[in-house]
Amino acid sequence: MSSKSVATLAGVSALALYSSMSMAAGEQSKYNLPEPQSVIAQDIYDQHIWLMWICLVIFIGVFGVMFYSILKHRKSLGYKAANFHHSTSVEIIWTIVPCIILVVMAWPATKTVIAMKDTSSPDMTIKATGYQWMWGYDYLQGEGEGISFFSKLSTPRDQIQNKAPKGKNYLLEVDNRVVVPVGKKVRVILTANDVIHAWWVPALGIKQDAIPGFIRDTWFTADTPGIYRGQCAELCGKDHGYMPIVVEVMEEGDYAQWVSAQLSAAEEATEQAEVDVNTEFTLDELNAKGEQVYAAHCAACHQPNGQGIPGAFSALDGSELVNGPVAGHIDIVINGKANTAMTPFGHLSDLDLAAVITYERNAWSNDTGDVVQPSDINELRN
Amino acid sequence: MAAVHGDAHGHGHDDHHPSGIMRWITTTNHKDIGTMYLWFSLAMFFVGGTLAMGIRAELYQPGIQILEPELFNQFTTLHGLIMVFGAIMPAFVGFANWQIPMMIGAPDMAFARMNNWSFWLLPVAASLLVVSFFVPGGAAAGGWTFYPPLSTQGGLGVDLMIFAVHILGASSIMGSINIITTILNMRAPGMTLMKMPMFVWTWLITAYLLVLVMPVLAGTVTMLLTDRHFGTSFFNAAGGGDPVLFQHIFWFFGHPEVYIMILPSFGIVSEVIPTFSRKPLFGYSSMVYATASIAILSCFVWAHHMFTSGMPVVGQLFFMYATMLIAVPTGVKVFNWTATMWRGSMSFETPMLFSVGFIFLFVIGGFSGVICAIVPIDIQVQDTYYVIAHFHYVLVSGSLFALFAGAYYWLPKWTGRMYNETLGKWHFWLSMFFFNLTFFVQHFLGLAGMPRRIPDYALQFADFNMVSSLGAFGFGMTQVLFVYIVINCIRSGEKAPQKVWDGATTLEWTHLPTPAPYHSFEKPPVLK
Repeated sequence: MSSKSVATLAGVSALALYSSMSMAAGEQSKYNLPEPQSVIAQDIYDQHIWLMWICLVIFIGVFGVMFYSILKHRKSLGYKAANFHHSTSVEIIWTIVPCIILVVMAWPATKTVIAMKDTSSPDMTIKATGYQWMWGYDYLQGEGEGISFFSKLSTPRDQIQNKAPKGKNYLLEVDNRVVVPVGKKVRVILTANDVIHAWWVPALGIKQDAIPGFIRDTWFTADTPGIYRGQCAELCGKDHGYMPIVVEVMEEGDYAQWVSAQLSAAEEATEQAEVDVNTEFTLDELNAKGEQVYAAHCAACHQPNGQGIPGAFSALDGSELVNGPVAGHIDIVINGKANTAMTPFGHLSDLDLAAVITYERNAWSNDTGDVVQPSDINELRN
Repeated sequence: MAAVHGDAHGHGHDDHHPSGIMRWITTTNHKDIGTMYLWFSLAMFFVGGTLAMGIRAELYQPGIQILEPELFNQFTTLHGLIMVFGAIMPAFVGFANWQIPMMIGAPDMAFARMNNWSFWLLPVAASLLVVSFFVPGGAAAGGWTFYPPLSTQGGLGVDLMIFAVHILGASSIMGSINIITTILNMRAPGMTLMKMPMFVWTWLITAYLLVLVMPVLAGTVTMLLTDRHFGTSFFNAAGGGDPVLFQHIFWFFGHPEVYIMILPSFGIVSEVIPTFSRKPLFGYSSMVYATASIAILSCFVWAHHMFTSGMPVVGQLFFMYATMLIAVPTGVKVFNWTATMWRGSMSFETPMLFSVGFIFLFVIGGFSGVICAIVPIDIQVQDTYYVIAHFHYVLVSGSLFALFAGAYYWLPKWTGRMYNETLGKWHFWLSMFFFNLTFFVQHFLGLAGMPRRIPDYALQFADFNMVSSLGAFGFGMTQVLFVYIVINCIRSGEKAPQKVWDGATTLEWTHLPTPAPYHSFEKPPVLK
């Protein structure tokens, strides 16, 4: 009797938990996978619930028997031990039954795996590149082709250091979101610039490692417009916890507008870059710009004061390389240094590189007085 | 009592060994070495545990309070390495050293001097790991799986870690060869393989797994070392290598490794449950076959750790099916334990409590294992707190609980004194409560989307992280109680009789006095 009540209690609490899960599903659930926003995510969600039920039934079955035995077959109750220790038929049954249950579990999973891997005939293709520690996106094909930008954490440092109250989307907000149209099959191609990262958006049911030197792909079709947040899911160094992914799904019309705004901005930027290459900047202009670039790309490792972290990230303040020939300095920034955390930064614009290198050569105790122009960078590229 | 040499020709042997510190440095006695393994692993358990407390303290609230991200990564990395290689594995070898010769009626381990050497390598390796926190750049920070290219970026700490792994691997291989040789050659006459105690069987199979996979780990860390310092490009795409190759080699070691840490627990539990049920183990031969099947299958499932690395659909399906298949022999074991308890005459002393707790929580870990095996679900939960919860259910409430069960079970035989039963039960119930408080909520965190190995998290994860941290602090404190119980038992426990547990049937209880003499079974026992 008491074992029955244990089983009932377990069942009731499981049901309670289950219903609280579905009640919470309207928002971001605290107990379960986020509310699915794609066919694949829906499949995953349903299979997970279905497996939980199977596990719960087996659990109650096995431990119902065990706890009945624990309650009744006690020495303190004077229960005398039986002496059986073998039964081939029972052994065969409890080998075969689990096999059948596993087949039942594997069947729907197999169908989903095959669907997940089918990246053929997409409506558009986006390349996502993992950097330490941000994402770069290039729209390669389909509406929006040619758009390209970086996407970095936009949570202010003060919130992380507990100097300011934390915002609603603390650590899950970026400066530039990946924007895609609703209902279109989006193929995401992944690679990385330095170490392995993983691109994960739970509501869309996709996670794929981004591996330096290799290309991987995956896909999703978002069902409803909205903003879906995820994070890098593969340990990628110091700021692994600070490279979120934010996907904004738009209606077709809105998306078209976004695309044209992006493309015209990009055109302006290209024109500007051409102008910049041929412009001579003053030391002060470059220093001012360089300080911003440094804060965005370099300060995470080399620290705002240029001291680095002894043993892990070298100091730039007083560094021989930074105070040495300009060409060597440009080379290491553009191409990185093999087998160290210094990854290539060739993806930055000529002006940004010129500015940051100028800044580094004249900041802190460094006082070379060198002015590196965008044209110098352009010459040394390739 | 003919098997005990003491009665026949005095205690002469006991006087041969040096005293003081030299006794421990030069000893070739399996009991001394077993004791050293156990104390060493207990010490490392507290080092690894301290790191865990640091991790949980940082995660108590969102924001960075205690550990800067780089140091946080060093903590998680070394917590994993120290717990796996410093605490759990040496503890099982300690049990093997003490118990295998006594359970098969052998006088000692087959290679007594090598036994000494394989122990004394461990403190060297452990020092390398601990010292690495204080070298420039700090300890390795690329996770206990040290995937390149991240691990090629690290500093001196990574090199120290690589050497530590080499040394630990050498120690494990020597220990395993010793165990295999002892079991195959030194059983008492009449003890056929299929009459061996279950603990001995599980260790025999584990030792084969170790000999199979430890060289693979040594190979892969060597490749990492040459990539770091000698210009090779095994794992560097720019030089024609492949970072994913590392993951394949690492997990070819890594997956059997998790069974290396669980099979001896199965063995301990299979000794404890029949003893306290006062009924023979149900389905002995199917238990042996199930253990062997788990070991063999474990070599064909490694890529289930890599479902998100991007593998062809056939690969994903193969590794999903193979992984799910492991549930069958594992299920057989659980059913057999249940059938052993069924209609037994059970009592619930501390070893039995830990064993039942083991089955209960290990099954939860097994279920989440099946869920992780399903590729589509794994895509969502891979590298999240769900996985953290899963493997702590099998490694803490699995391996560690079984180690506690074994420790309470055999402590009276080892020390000749009883531990405090009331405190033992407190230890169990507190561990049980705080363990679940720490790790059960992590399932929810993982499902809701919290990645692992992050020092700071979004606000919706705050509540459960606080619960989990409180649980962890409680669990850590509870383990101090265990140390007290052990010391109290050695110092002032009541004298224990020869057969402490009336249901015990193995040789150390039936043929040896308590405490077990320094030299036992110099003449093999006579088996019926």
